[in-house]
Amino acid sequence: MQSNAALEYDYSVAKLFVYTTIAFGFVGMLIGTLIASQLAFPELNYLFGEYGTFSRLRPLHTNVIIYGFTLSGIWAAFYYSAQRVLKVSMAESKFVMFLGKLHFVLYMIAAVSMVVTLLLGITANKEYAQMEWPLDLLIVVIWVVWGLAMFALIGIRREKALYISMWYYIACFLGVAMLYLFNNMEVPTYFTSGGLGSIMHSVSMYAGTNDALVQWWWGHNAVAFVFTVPIIALIYYFLPKESGQAVYSYKLSLLSFWGLMFVYLWAGSHHLLWSTVPDWMQTMGSIFSVVLILPSWGSAINMLLTMKGEWNQLTENPLIKFMVLASTFYMLSTLEGPIQAIKSVNAIAHFTDWIPGHVHDGVLGWVAFMIMAALFHMAPRMFKREIYSKKLIEAQFWIQTTAVVLYFTSMWIAGITQGMMWRAVDEYGNLMYSFIDTVTVLHPYYAIRALSGVLYLTGFVMFAYNMIKTMTSSREISEEPQFRSPMA
Amino acid sequence: MFHWLEKRPFFFAVGVFLVIAFAGLIEILPNFAEAARPVEGLRPYTVLELAGKEIYKKDNCIACHSQLIRPFKAETDRYGQYSLSGEYAYDRPFLWGSKRTGPDLHRVGNYRTTEWHENHMLNPPAVVPGSIMPAYKHMFTNKADIETAYAEAVTVKNVFNTPYGDDIQPGKEAFEKHFKSVVLPEAQKIAADMKNQDVKDAVAKGEIPEIVAMIAYLNSLGDSRYAAKK
Repeated sequence: MQSNAALEYDYSVAKLFVYTTIAFGFVGMLIGTLIASQLAFPELNYLFGEYGTFSRLRPLHTNVIIYGFTLSGIWAAFYYSAQRVLKVSMAESKFVMFLGKLHFVLYMIAAVSMVVTLLLGITANKEYAQMEWPLDLLIVVIWVVWGLAMFALIGIRREKALYISMWYYIACFLGVAMLYLFNNMEVPTYFTSGGLGSIMHSVSMYAGTNDALVQWWWGHNAVAFVFTVPIIALIYYFLPKESGQAVYSYKLSLLSFWGLMFVYLWAGSHHLLWSTVPDWMQTMGSIFSVVLILPSWGSAINMLLTMKGEWNQLTENPLIKFMVLASTFYMLSTLEGPIQAIKSVNAIAHFTDWIPGHVHDGVLGWVAFMIMAALFHMAPRMFKREIYSKKLIEAQFWIQTTAVVLYFTSMWIAGITQGMMWRAVDEYGNLMYSFIDTVTVLHPYYAIRALSGVLYLTGFVMFAYNMIKTMTSSREISEEPQFRSPMA
Repeated sequence: MFHWLEKRPFFFAVGVFLVIAFAGLIEILPNFAEAARPVEGLRPYTVLELAGKEIYKKDNCIACHSQLIRPFKAETDRYGQYSLSGEYAYDRPFLWGSKRTGPDLHRVGNYRTTEWHENHMLNPPAVVPGSIMPAYKHMFTNKADIETAYAEAVTVKNVFNTPYGDDIQPGKEAFEKHFKSVVLPEAQKIAADMKNQDVKDAVAKGEIPEIVAMIAYLNSLGDSRYAAKK
């Protein structure tokens, strides 16, 4: 029964994830701003007793942003765009609908448990894999449910060829599944000790250097398969849709996709330069990190060239601004990363604030910009109302862009300053600075970073307000906009 | 070939999986067995030290402290001998950290004392002026979870052959015996070097505040875990 009439797509699951994107984004960024401020003003560590120290809150910030905000955004976009590129509505299959809703419910249970356990300090203490074993098991189930939903939807598709975005969603699913499973191999101690101690506690299957390798194989590739791969899926869908332009080059998208898949995993060991992992592995990590510029820039350039001849949209449509700046920050971030992965640069950069600086030009400038643009694009189509305020988007754009620039510039300076001071020696070869000298010198940069957090959070509140107004009280539209999103 | 793949999701997924799994096979597997070997003379953590390591994890000290001394003169001057792979053989998980907002701690036991840690955890800027580290006062009142640490020792002994003595056995009875004969005396030794009266009283009653286990762990980072170097 294939007709030319437009399909009525079902957005009930996508909407749920839109709400959680906004909620988790706010919470995660609020905590981020708080912990950034704690480094500049340590008295702020004592707001919530033992639950409010920098150290306890930092994993909460990273986990809520990665697994709360980012994954919600990705899934909102997935449940919206997968139907469209596969030309099938979720309403056509009760099974897919059930999986989608189950996915959301389980995800909420996991998210709330994650927040509670991390606040209590129940943690496996591997970065970005802190959750303890019962939660790990739940996450495996969630992942399988998402995979089933995706492949069930693919199974009943009308459009036979998978669009580029689908390649990236599939890669995200497989990559995270493989890495997560291996990195979280752990033995719960309760069962092996005859019922002693906490049931939540587990011990890693790997020790020391091996554990470090597996962890950073994961840590690096969590960045790859959560912060990069699915966000590329977003931009390949939403930029052409919002601009009305066809993707610039199919060949370039092929090259970038398979190149990224092959190269990304090798680069994990660049987190372990100068550590006790074998030298050849460090060198491989270093080399492949530099090679990684090719597929990363391939995607970014492909997106920028998609705007060829239509650059006037950049001034007319704030969503295009967000997406074009997102790909630009993606290029910056994927150039900066390889530079830091060069062994001699890493000797100075590692362990310093340049690293969080690098992470944040990626996540604030690329990931969050792209997710917010995607949500803005989806809103008029999901809620059948025009976007509440264009002016507000414009203001948000400039406030947040300023925030990102303040963040990474202050952290560049802080990182390089500290890295150089750690190694500075006087004319007799003695260390010139005690450690605390290298901390107190950073105060102004920490203060600037805190300010940048306040600005970015302000922008996010403007975004949330704009979205909520769009959902509830903006002018209704009768026809689905074809390309450019309508906004008042 | 790519056009063919794009219409066949199953083979597409298999292709992607092979391409991404390849690097792991080549980079990670070959070195696994060798990297797991301990350096000579290294003993595993005692149960009290393990309990301290749990507090180190719980309060997420790795957010600001590394345990990895890199092979540069500036680092060995500051922290001591650069770190060796075999020194981490009993670290599950590894606690290298990725950020040094505070100094490295891999050999902190060699140059800091129980007394220093006690003062420092209570009020860091009083010991190191300008410090931005928060105080961890709750460690002086919270009780350490020794039973879970013991469960971990039993697990790594039985599952990973970590060389613990015969007294580390599953079950409540074995735990209580070990607690009285080994853990408590070790805690008493540390409490004797401390000045906080509440901590001393608690240990005298047979309870172990987190700070005692924490200091035991921090003191174990360095030479004290090598029979020959002690």
